[in-house]
Amino acid sequence: MRDVAIIGIGQTQVDEHWELGLCQLALQALQAAMADAGVEWVDALYVGNMLSGELTGQEHLGALIADFAGLRGIEALRLEAAGASGAAALRMGYLAVGGGWADIALVVGVEKMTDAAPPDAEAALMAGADADHEAAHGLSFAALNALLMRRYMHQFGYQAQDFGGFPINAHANAMNNPCAMFHIPLKLESYARARMIAPPVNLMDSAAIGDGAAAAVLVPTEWAQRFSQPVVRIAASAVGTDSVALHDRRDPLLLEGVALSARRAYEQVGIAPDEIDFFELYDSFSITAAMSLEAAGFCQLGMGARMALDGEITLQGRLPISTMGGLKGRGNPGGATGVYQIVEAVQQLRGQAGPNQVPDARWGMTQSIGGSGGTAITHILERVNS
Amino acid sequence: MNDEQPRLLKPDRDVGVVGYGAYVPRFRLPASEVDRIWTDGQGGTPITEKAVPGLDEDVVTISIEAARNALARAAAVDPADIRAVWVGSESHPYAVKPTSTVVAEAIGAIPHTQAADWQFACKAGSEAFQAAVGFVGSGMGGYALAIGADTAQGRPGDALEYTAGAGGAAYLLGPAGQALAIFEGSYSFVTDTPDFWRRAYQHYPSHGGRFTGQPAYFRHSSAAAQGLMQAMGTTPEDYAYAVFHQPNLKFPSSVARRLGFTNQQCAPGLLVGEIGNTYAGSSLLGLTAVLDQARPGERILLVSFGSGAGSDAISLRVTEAIEARRDRAPATRDYIARRSEIDYATYARYRRKLVMQ
Amino acid sequence: MSVPNTWRLQQQRYRLMGEVCDRCKTKIFPPRDVCPECEAPAKTQFALSGRGEVYSYSTVYNAPAGFEDATPYTVALVRLEEGPLVTAQLTDVSAEEVEIGMPVEMVTRRLRADGAEGIISYGYKFRPVQFSPAI
Repeated sequence: MRDVAIIGIGQTQVDEHWELGLCQLALQALQAAMADAGVEWVDALYVGNMLSGELTGQEHLGALIADFAGLRGIEALRLEAAGASGAAALRMGYLAVGGGWADIALVVGVEKMTDAAPPDAEAALMAGADADHEAAHGLSFAALNALLMRRYMHQFGYQAQDFGGFPINAHANAMNNPCAMFHIPLKLESYARARMIAPPVNLMDSAAIGDGAAAAVLVPTEWAQRFSQPVVRIAASAVGTDSVALHDRRDPLLLEGVALSARRAYEQVGIAPDEIDFFELYDSFSITAAMSLEAAGFCQLGMGARMALDGEITLQGRLPISTMGGLKGRGNPGGATGVYQIVEAVQQLRGQAGPNQVPDARWGMTQSIGGSGGTAITHILERVNS
Repeated sequence: MNDEQPRLLKPDRDVGVVGYGAYVPRFRLPASEVDRIWTDGQGGTPITEKAVPGLDEDVVTISIEAARNALARAAAVDPADIRAVWVGSESHPYAVKPTSTVVAEAIGAIPHTQAADWQFACKAGSEAFQAAVGFVGSGMGGYALAIGADTAQGRPGDALEYTAGAGGAAYLLGPAGQALAIFEGSYSFVTDTPDFWRRAYQHYPSHGGRFTGQPAYFRHSSAAAQGLMQAMGTTPEDYAYAVFHQPNLKFPSSVARRLGFTNQQCAPGLLVGEIGNTYAGSSLLGLTAVLDQARPGERILLVSFGSGAGSDAISLRVTEAIEARRDRAPATRDYIARRSEIDYATYARYRRKLVMQ
Repeated sequence: MSVPNTWRLQQQRYRLMGEVCDRCKTKIFPPRDVCPECEAPAKTQFALSGRGEVYSYSTVYNAPAGFEDATPYTVALVRLEEGPLVTAQLTDVSAEEVEIGMPVEMVTRRLRADGAEGIISYGYKFRPVQFSPAI
């Protein structure tokens, strides 16, 4: 297995891109990543996408985007794992380059959410849950997470307002990310006043969906120094799974898939959670962020919300999370999100995070969750000093 | 008129009601709400309030709950031994596709069973009951389930909108030895009398106004009741309870009085004031309310009426077994007491009178 | 809604027909053919009682397509007395009456209708235990 590095990144702003289709979005991101890397050709393209078939009637994205991008003929595949689709594409690129099957792999995550009306988008997202036993009963993702949040509050003694630290931190960090969907600071008073979308989940607990694409170029680390950008290597790539349906979990408040993927990632690198300098976690909902912190080993069960209350998750805290805005501040473009997380982690490790720079960051961890926790994909990236 | 001597409809074998169950949705629309919207409160109200089904209720769901209650009161009857599942209604959710198969599937009576939907306006349930008596009485099958249920619709502003309610009752007919009430005999009286109808593809029924009274409801109800009592040699005094079809408060009270029944005999089974006219469920729900309180040995007269028109009169005698088994399922009064009042706007939404697309 | 799929799920949806593990006797719902506790084959049918309690709940205001005409509606995770957790709507109750631990019972209701012309799907929902028949 060859060591693999990321030498190019690109992203569009997460937004309502009314004038851009799926292919144009992907093209913008992948061209930016190839330009950043300084490459004009790649051996393989891996597309992370969750909902193109559901939302726009278009599947077969590997060949489609390869052709659209002027890369006709190369190996090209689309990967799907609900909200972890982008991370799955990155892992595929990592395996291809690491295994010697490709020397330069291009990974792009893309999602075109706004072509569908909101109820249709809501129904499409539920395709990542259990269709027969959750979606068929009218559950939305907000409702699934509300079930978790209500139980979590009940079991660990929190109030709904205690979760405000997550979106407040995300919005604060998104202020300095030009690619973020929102540039609106959030105050605790506004959080407390936000309308309920599925109590106790309010509008500010839920990451908005948007259109977007992000891309990364992967090469063997031993070649990475030849390219212009500071080198960031993929130190770990690990998948964990759990039941797709919440009700099939051994304990719904334990994200076992997250725990498995995080533990596997730590083992691959040989480091402990406290050595991670920042964590791009999957804050699609405030409760997901709290539970991810616990499952990934940053605190005890029931203490995830406490980390936000205590300010430990800010850029100045013990474990900065969502450093460029996270899903809440940057926006959540479905299957593209996992690649955005990677792009943002690379920005941090290269020292290109501007005012949001985490000082001397060496280890950055990203984590995407598919559905309500059925799939979790964790990557640990390391800054390589030249 | 046919002056032939009435002859009982009764099988050779003794059969009876082995289990019975009621269901009434929880929502109530006060008649004063309909009056407020359509007559500015000047029209008067024929009943107090009517039961309205929730958005997730229909004749299938009403029938299922009533059937489960009936099975709960039956002594250890295996649902697989039910050889017929019959649902009478004028508001089957499908125009084509049986309600009865869904009910049979839900209670575990499939697949070795007969199933059918019955239709005869408000007496679709009592005729299923009567046929089930014959089915079991002939020895064709050990048990047959007969259900009458409706989620009746009245045209907005029409007299029927005040009363068109929702509810249903289920009866498991079986061997007399296991019965809570023995079937003593029945008699039916039917003519072609167009007092109320709904043409195919129409949402709301039409009716003949005052023509629904004497030539329809009164003539058929009286003839069926009198025919049964004549054939059985009984008189109103022989019955502890009498239950008539109840489209409003006036009709059943009036027919009972004309036949010689007292208010005391009729009151326990007269539910229309509180839940409205539940159509195929109407007289059958009156009967469940009576069975909820009847004592062993007491006789009950049931007289249904279905527009079009006809009446089935049925005589039952309560057995000792009722005391131990009636509390195994909710009483009719439990459902009536479970009420959640709604306004006309909510009613219009629940009954899908708002055009969504 | 797929007609064959809706048909295939009738037993579990209409009357909570689950499974029991032949080896460790774990009661399973929804049916999944392999015991989640001991991984043994578990295809023996077992009807759950339908009694349980609310494990958690919420209210859907922004419904996915197909459920828009039912909003707001209450959803819950229900812990059945035999052990399994099940996701379902609550019915015959207003949201403010619901609390964690509330005893509930299964009823069969309309889950959704496929427009005005398509099939109607029926299935389990739960409501507060409202009567206490002396069984």
